[in-house]
Amino acid sequence: MEQLSLVLVQLFGSVVDLNRPGHYLHWGFIQMSLANAIVIGLMVVVFFAAILIPFRRHGGKS
Amino acid sequence: MSGTDTASVKRHRSFKPDRDVEEWHGAYAPYDLVKEFIIAFVVVAILVVGLAAILSSPDETPVTVKSWSTSDPVDFAQTAITELDGTSGTATYGPPYNSTADASQSIGFFSPESWFGVHHPIDTATDYVIDPLRTLPNSPELQQAVDLYTAAPAAQQAKWTAAYETAVAKATYGDGTLTVPAGDYGPVGTMIAGLTSMARSGALDGALLSSRQFYGTDYTKPLLFIADGTYLANLAQSQHLSGDQWGMMNETGNFPGQAWLWLYTLWYQVPPMNSSSNGDLQVWAIMMGLTLLLALVPFIPGLRSIPRWTRLYRLIWRQHYRELAAERDIHGKSPPPAAAEPRAPAAVSVH
Amino acid sequence: MAIDTGTPAGSGAPAEASFGQPEDAHQLSAKLRNAAVEALPPGRLMPDRQPAYVASWIYVFGVITIAALSIVILTGCVLAVMGPTWWHVSTTGLFVNSLHLWSVEVFFFAMVVHLWGKFFMAAWRGRRRATWITGVVSFMVSVGAAFTGYLSQQNFDSQWISTQAKDGINSTGAGAIFNVTNFGQMLMWHIVLLPLVVVLVVGIHVLLVRRRGVVPPFADPPSSGGTAQATAAAGAATIGADGTGPVPTPSPSSNGGPA
Repeated sequence: MEQLSLVLVQLFGSVVDLNRPGHYLHWGFIQMSLANAIVIGLMVVVFFAAILIPFRRHGGKS
Repeated sequence: MSGTDTASVKRHRSFKPDRDVEEWHGAYAPYDLVKEFIIAFVVVAILVVGLAAILSSPDETPVTVKSWSTSDPVDFAQTAITELDGTSGTATYGPPYNSTADASQSIGFFSPESWFGVHHPIDTATDYVIDPLRTLPNSPELQQAVDLYTAAPAAQQAKWTAAYETAVAKATYGDGTLTVPAGDYGPVGTMIAGLTSMARSGALDGALLSSRQFYGTDYTKPLLFIADGTYLANLAQSQHLSGDQWGMMNETGNFPGQAWLWLYTLWYQVPPMNSSSNGDLQVWAIMMGLTLLLALVPFIPGLRSIPRWTRLYRLIWRQHYRELAAERDIHGKSPPPAAAEPRAPAAVSVH
Repeated sequence: MAIDTGTPAGSGAPAEASFGQPEDAHQLSAKLRNAAVEALPPGRLMPDRQPAYVASWIYVFGVITIAALSIVILTGCVLAVMGPTWWHVSTTGLFVNSLHLWSVEVFFFAMVVHLWGKFFMAAWRGRRRATWITGVVSFMVSVGAAFTGYLSQQNFDSQWISTQAKDGINSTGAGAIFNVTNFGQMLMWHIVLLPLVVVLVVGIHVLLVRRRGVVPPFADPPSSGGTAQATAAAGAATIGADGTGPVPTPSPSSNGGPA
């Protein structure tokens, strides 16, 4: 299991390494990490996507 | 049961669209909840496995008293003297660690910190300096210094420590020796130098953790000692984790942190909380109030009307409104038959 | 007066040898069972249909939150099997820790989107206030559970978080009991006490949703040209397209006006 993990880490782990100094955004007195800003931005996008994308039910009328 | 009885309907309170709703007596459509959960589980599992495989998780090595005193022995010594003379952050903290006067936070008469009192007693001079030094074997000179210090009257101790604290601001470290400008510190110089060596050897970590028992799981003492220095805070600052950097929301590196703490940390950035000595209690009071407000939205007129005023629901239920409009177009504006009179709000019926 | 057979009237369930006998109706077991079955008969507890207006992707975020919570708990169990040091010394352990962290991120992500959706639907309407309140409580308890998780990491992050958070918690007096620098205590809150509370509150929340049903839409506003009364009139006599009965428009007024 440990060997498998090590192999997989070699394969995938180097794609994105988040263990580096962070990037931060500044708006006036607000400071936010880029990672958090992305998460919050995604939440807003997903929320509106969920509302706007049509939902088709199985078997019932849409 | 008739729904048109005016008297019985008038006994109900008036209909408020932000509080009440006519229960649904219309069409139902097939909806497999168990299948939905299984699909959700599989989708989330795949997403989580993908995120974990590609992004991993952070694990920054913890600071130890050893790593601190090795990296910055002068900062360690400067902290150690404040623990001995009772001027460190922990020594002057107040409850729950000690009973320093006027140290508790309060809003007016409200001071729960002082009401609960001291539950995790820490005497910094004894716990951080004297007792650990006493555990060192084969150090007669050091033990004599500690004996001399503990036997001296309080006024004499204060003179020694005050002089040392001024001098250690200009201390240097080299060749395994802490060098402090010359002065009359009595045994204090030897004690602090000895403690610094003890810290650099790793023995102080062990002494602080196992001071009460072998199986230590309570790291309060070593953590508070480390936090009294500037080493931990400087590391945190470099990782953008300080309070004034909105650090409460952040994680080390480029990882997302706790975005849901945005409102909690926001109050620490604004006056008067950002500079008040009662800032923590003030922020907690605000957050408790706002949390209560959120929980009680259904009861608060105005606040509970926001969904109706903003009309976002028109998007959510547009399919439903479209179907209603279509039926309206088909059937015109003729009055409904008696059978379909609206009933008083009742429990949902399941067919 | 109907004879109390120990089973709810009209449930259709005949008395059996092991339950439903009239002479057992006074039992705590019988009373509890009857109350439960009356509040949540099987068809309501696990329905196969939902009202026709449940037709938006926003409705899936509740179940996504629960799915993410299940994975948080499962991965937490794996970490518990191997102990708190494992993920620091093993690549597999680090991966499981990553699963645990990212499932928590997905959990909060979905929960907040769910909260936004439920707010803009005013989902507390129609005696659903307890559902809303239990939702807010489960949010707060989850924040606490995540907090104790961050404290249990035994790395630099947990050192910083504990030494900072202690000030806020100590100011409320709670620090006398809830000692964030006490790893043993925080770990036990994180893996025993708070998960139990989270699951309990979420469970009550879901049962309340089943009991009251998904909140119906706001009444069709009259601004589109017809009056509310006309809308009610127009929709009242229609049979639903799948033949399940009339589709009346919810009327905004129940004050006995002309129907």
